Amino acid sequence: MSSEQELEAVIGLEIHVQLSTRTKMFCGCELSFGDRANVHTCPICLAHPGVLPVPNRTAIEYALLIAAALECEVAPRSIFHRKNYFYPDSPKAYQISQYDVPIAGAGRLGDVRIHRAHLEEDAAKMVHVGHHRGRIQGSDDSLVDFNRGGTPLVEIVTEPDLRSGAQVREWGQLLRATIRQLGVSDVNMEEGSLRCDANVSVRPVGSDEFGTKTEMKNMNSFRFIERGIEAEVARQKELIASGGQVVQETLHFDPATGELHSLRSKEEAHDYRYMPEPDLVPVVPTRQMLDAAAAALPELPAERSQRYREELGVSEGAALKLSFDLEWAEFFEGVIAHHPEIEPRAAANWVTGEFAAELRKQGDQALGETVVTPDSLGALVRLVGSKRISHSSAKAVLAEMVADGADPLEVVEERGLEQISDSGELEKIVAQAIDENPAPAEQVRSGNEKAIGALVGAVMKATQGRADGGEVTRLLRRDLGL
Amino acid sequence: MIEREQVLHVARLSRLKLSEEEVAALEHELSSILDHVDRLTEIDVEGVEPTSHVVPLENVLRDDLPRPSLDRDRALEGAPDPHDGAFRVPSPQAEA
Repeated sequence: MSSEQELEAVIGLEIHVQLSTRTKMFCGCELSFGDRANVHTCPICLAHPGVLPVPNRTAIEYALLIAAALECEVAPRSIFHRKNYFYPDSPKAYQISQYDVPIAGAGRLGDVRIHRAHLEEDAAKMVHVGHHRGRIQGSDDSLVDFNRGGTPLVEIVTEPDLRSGAQVREWGQLLRATIRQLGVSDVNMEEGSLRCDANVSVRPVGSDEFGTKTEMKNMNSFRFIERGIEAEVARQKELIASGGQVVQETLHFDPATGELHSLRSKEEAHDYRYMPEPDLVPVVPTRQMLDAAAAALPELPAERSQRYREELGVSEGAALKLSFDLEWAEFFEGVIAHHPEIEPRAAANWVTGEFAAELRKQGDQALGETVVTPDSLGALVRLVGSKRISHSSAKAVLAEMVADGADPLEVVEERGLEQISDSGELEKIVAQAIDENPAPAEQVRSGNEKAIGALVGAVMKATQGRADGGEVTRLLRRDLGL
Repeated sequence: MIEREQVLHVARLSRLKLSEEEVAALEHELSSILDHVDRLTEIDVEGVEPTSHVVPLENVLRDDLPRPSLDRDRALEGAPDPHDGAFRVPSPQAEA
């Protein structure tokens, strides 16, 4: 096409977070996951006639905590609405939600603006099963389990500020880590305590207008969301480039096949006939409630990652890994607290790199299970930092530490792993390596610098890893006339 | 005025099956109800806050403490077609 314009993706998200309160949003039934069907129901969540809902105070406090973490403006007075629809997952034939006055308004997390966040109740769970009793083929049945019905949810809606599937994955992970650290939700996507829908459209780069969007529903991992969005963006771009038009529809991404399927369009599904919920009075957050939310706010991943990078000089990758998981962050902070003399950057790299890898290797241990203390890992990092042991020796020591909680200094002494600090001794070994490996030595002399790796390997073998790799390379280059 | 199309629309949303006579009757009845309610617009509400609640109450909340749930058999007692501890219903996906 001659008039081909460059197109960009415009993506907004709607995220549902199940709150981890003890009881439901409007009744005292306990929340559960995986229990027998319909053992947590009562006249309120089954919508028997004449019952009255009463909001859960903790759910409102959790919503205020989320609002504080997302820097949202809190509505001085918000009300609940009825969102009317007929479906077996909603016994009242409406969902209690919030409409034009949500508890939380505009906010921000990282580089994405938050449009709003509101409280509502979750629907029941339905399982579709085959037909029975001679019903005609195609008219199947559904089994409804109301245990989940009435679970408190906070729905977070972003502005359409995201531009790619990868950005959605990264930002989604930041949001999940942030909410997890607030302690208000399990944010487990597989169990459905965090669910993400994406609105996806494309437009010419530089345009302020929006293209027709499609909605991608309920994807249960951020990897799938990334792939689903990439597939949908590619589809829309191709469609437009070939002169077609995007049709507004709801799509399901099948991660197994990588294909997008259109869900049957419920043409009138969006006519929810909202009305103020007459059975619930307004929520007016008190000064005390707002202060409590502000006071309960922990250091959140975005700030923590920034502090690690800017104040401690930690690499970006390590800072992200540490700040997304409080347990790891605390371990890292323990390392540098016990050993203030080591470089935080090196400590962070050891914690998130070799140490994490060794835990995985030895039985996929969780951090909480390891016998290694922050103090002993710090001692190991210090041995490397002061060049008393080489990096490869340190890895061997770490393996023993993870296996049985060995003290790094003792392992170094027992196994004689101290680095060869006598440069005369190292020079001899280097000279010997060159003599014994004439072929790579010749290649290096004639300009193939990559061949030096074989010689470094020979020296390391001869010293059983007790040589400083940088020093070995320096000596080899010198002796080979580079 | 309520048009025939609006009656059918609301009926679909409410999952109601109406006969031709009912549609015609409702067209008339709904119109007159709305006309009646419409008289409210004659009142001058300049400066009056929109009223969603008539009782001057706020923050009626309960503590997050579990209360006993219904026994499952009791919960399913009124269900027309219980199955395996669940409320069995015709699948809404099968609706045309």
